[in-house]
Amino acid sequence: MHEILEKAQLSPNVTLLRVSAPRIAEIRQPGQFVIVRRGPGAERIPLTIADADPGAGSITLVIQAIGKSTMDLVELEPGEAIQDIAGPLGSPTELLEQGHAVCVGGGVGTAVILPIAQGLGRRGVSVTSVIGGRSREWVILEDELRACGEVVVCSDDGSYGRHGFVTEALKDLLDEGGIDTVYAVGPVPMMRAVSEMTRPYGVHTVVSLNSIMIDGTGMCGGCRVEVGGQTRYACVDGPEFDGHLVDFRLLADRLTTYRSFEQQALEHREACKAEASR
Amino acid sequence: MTDQPAPGERPVPTKKERMQIDRQLMPEQEAVVRAHNFGEVNLGFDEQLAMLEAERCLLCPKEYCVDGCPVSVNIPRFIDRLARGDIAGAAQSLLDDNALPCVTGRVCPQETQCEGVCLRGKTGRPVAIGYLERFVADWAGAHPEALPPIAIADSGRRVAVIGSGPAGLTAAGELVKSGHKVTVFEAFHSPGGVLIYGIPEFRLPKDIVQAEVDRLVAKGVEIRPNTIIGKTYTLPELREMFDAIFIAVGAGLPVFMHVPGENLKGVYSANEYLTRVNLMGAWNPDSDTPILKGRRVAVVGGGNVAMDSVRTAKRLGADEAICVYRRSRGEMPARVEEVHHAEQEGIRFDFLVAPIEVVGDDKGWVTGLRCVRMELGEPDSSGRRRPRPIPGSEFTIDCDEVVVAIGTRSNPVLTRTAPELQVNEWGYIVTDEHGMTSMPGVFAGGDIVRGAATVILAMGDGKHAAHAIDAWLRGEYPPAAEPAAGEADEESAGHRHPAHAAVAAH
Repeated sequence: MHEILEKAQLSPNVTLLRVSAPRIAEIRQPGQFVIVRRGPGAERIPLTIADADPGAGSITLVIQAIGKSTMDLVELEPGEAIQDIAGPLGSPTELLEQGHAVCVGGGVGTAVILPIAQGLGRRGVSVTSVIGGRSREWVILEDELRACGEVVVCSDDGSYGRHGFVTEALKDLLDEGGIDTVYAVGPVPMMRAVSEMTRPYGVHTVVSLNSIMIDGTGMCGGCRVEVGGQTRYACVDGPEFDGHLVDFRLLADRLTTYRSFEQQALEHREACKAEASR
Repeated sequence: MTDQPAPGERPVPTKKERMQIDRQLMPEQEAVVRAHNFGEVNLGFDEQLAMLEAERCLLCPKEYCVDGCPVSVNIPRFIDRLARGDIAGAAQSLLDDNALPCVTGRVCPQETQCEGVCLRGKTGRPVAIGYLERFVADWAGAHPEALPPIAIADSGRRVAVIGSGPAGLTAAGELVKSGHKVTVFEAFHSPGGVLIYGIPEFRLPKDIVQAEVDRLVAKGVEIRPNTIIGKTYTLPELREMFDAIFIAVGAGLPVFMHVPGENLKGVYSANEYLTRVNLMGAWNPDSDTPILKGRRVAVVGGGNVAMDSVRTAKRLGADEAICVYRRSRGEMPARVEEVHHAEQEGIRFDFLVAPIEVVGDDKGWVTGLRCVRMELGEPDSSGRRRPRPIPGSEFTIDCDEVVVAIGTRSNPVLTRTAPELQVNEWGYIVTDEHGMTSMPGVFAGGDIVRGAATVILAMGDGKHAAHAIDAWLRGEYPPAAEPAAGEADEESAGHRHPAHAAVAAH
C-alpha cells in the first residue's frame, strides 16, 4: 500500500498526489513512469513520475482527472492509500549533455516536462521552458520550472503571460537559434504541431507518448506505436521517441479505442454519485 | 503393497474386475449454456466417480505414467490410496510430488503425457489421471485440517524467485520444503503469472490459483507483487540480497504477424486480450478495465492460447468466433479436450488459412482479415508438414476484431540489466543441465529458458531447479540424482530441454 502524503489542486482538473514509494523514489530517472492501480476492480494506468524525494521516500504524481479511473484516484485524501504502484518503468530520457534545451509542456504534459527540465538543469544545460494552458488557472508547475531556467508562459485566452499557443512562443525561440533539443509533452495535436514546427529547423525533438497499456513491461503490446515506419512499444522502447518519426495520426486514433467505454463509465460513475448523495 | 484391506478401507478389486470398469465421464456444463458464461466447463468428479475411476488403475509394476510426467508424480501411489478410500493419504502423496495439483489436474496435456502411456489406453481408454488428480487436489484444498503442516528447520538461506508463474511457484514450494526462506517477485499486482493472466476462468478458476498461492504463503513463501526485476531492482542488485536466485519470468512478449493493418483498432495480441479479461476481470461488468466485444472475432493460431482466446470471444458475446490456423487439425498444438470443447461451443475452425492483411475502415477500425489458403508440403524441423500458400486463393474473412495468438518470445527487461547473464540468439537464458545460468548461484527455468511451452514443463523445470539450488546452497553442486518420487528414470529428463518451439501453448 502506498500512502497519500500530500494532495494539491494544480488546476481545475489537475491534481498533485505525493505518495509513499521509497524504492521508486530512490532510483527513478527523468522520463520514467509507474503503473498505478487504485485497488480491486480498478484499471492499471500509467502515470509519469513528476518528481521524487528519496529522503522522504515519496514520488509525485500529477493526474488529470478526465475519466473514471483518474477521477477515482484524485478522490483519495492524505492518509488514504493506493494499493498498487509498480515501477519505475520505461526508458529514462536521453538528456542533452550540454547546450540549450527548450522544454515545451501543454496542460498536464507540463508535469512530464518538469523532471526532464530538472535533469537537464542538474547537468548544467541551459533550459528554457515554454508552458501553456487555456487560461491562467490551467497553467501548472510554473515556479518549479523557474528553478530550472527561464520560463515562457502562454495562455490561449491571453489571461496570463503571452497570448497564444506554445508553438508560437517556440517559433520565436527557434528563430533566435542556438537550440540543441526540444522536449515536448502534451496533447497529441500539440506534440504533432511542435514536431512539425521544429522539423524545418532541423532541431532534434523528443516527445513522450501516452499510449494505452496494461503491464508496462512489453507484455501486452497494447501501447504499440509506429516510429520511423517501425512498430515500437511505448512502455519499453519509449515512452520518449523522436517526434519527427512518430506517426501521430495512428497514436491519436488508437487513443480513441475505448472512448465509448470511457463515456459509459463516466455516466455510470455520475449516476452512482447522484444516487449516493440523494 | 498388500491386497488385504485394512479395517474401514474399501475392498481391493481384482485385475479382472478393474478391467471391466469403463472410464468415467467428466461432468460438464452444457455447451449451449457455458458458451455464454465464464463458469468452469468441467465440473469435477464426485467421490464415488473418483473412486470408481481409481479402481481402473492396474498398478503396473513398470510405471509408464510416472515416466510420462514432467514432475514425476507418483501416480499409482495416489490413485491406489484413493481407490482404497484413503483420500487424505492420496492428497498427501500428491502434494509431496506436485506443488500445484489443482492447476495441473486442469491444464496438463495428459493425452501426450501420463495418460498417453497408460497401459489401459492400449486396449481401451486410459485411466483419467488428470481428473483424479483434480479430484484429490480439490479435496485437499477443501480439507486443510487433514493435511497438517510439517515443521521444517530453517536453513538460514534466502532464495529469490523471479516470476510467480508455474515454474516460480513450483520452485518456491520445493525450496521451502528444504527449509529455505523464499521471496517470490511478481511484476503484476497478483501472483500466478500465466495461470492468472492467461488461462481463462472457465478452464482454471482464479480462486483455485489463489488457493494454491495461499497454500505456499502458509508454508512461509513471501510474495512481493508490483516488483519488476530489471526495473525496480536489477538482477545484480538482487544477487547481493539473496543466497541464490531462480529466474522464471516466462516468455512474455507477444509475437505479431507483421502484416499490414496490424495496428488498427480491434487487433489485440492474445496476451493483451486475455490479460484484460482474466487478470483485469473485464468479462465482469463491474471491472473498470474495458475490452472490445467483437460481433465477429477472428483468432489467429492453433495452440491453447488460441483456444482460450476464441472461446473467450464467444463468451463475451460474439455471434461468430473463428479460429484461423495455417495448418490442419492434426497439427494443432492445443490440448485435445480444448479443441473438443471449442467445437461443442460452436467455434468455427478455418484450417489451412493464413492471414496476409488486416483490413480496416477510414476510422481505423478492423473490418476484415485478408487471408490466403494453404496446402501442406514436406515436413519441417518440427516434424509437421510445412504449409505453403496456394496462389490466387486470397479471400477476406469479415470480422470486427482480430486476436493474434501465434506465440510469444523472450522479454529483455530482466536480461538487459545483467550483461554477465548468457542468453542465446533469441534472448532465452542459457543454463547447464541442472538449470544454473552463467552467473554462479543464479538458476533459470520455464519459458525463459525453453521458449514458449506448457505449464507442466515449466513446473518440471521449477522442481528440477529447486533440487539443484538446494544442492548448491549446501555446497554439493552439481546435485545427485533427484529423489525418485516415483522411481522416475532418466528418460523424463528428456522433457526438460527440447528445441525452442515458437508455438503458443500454455
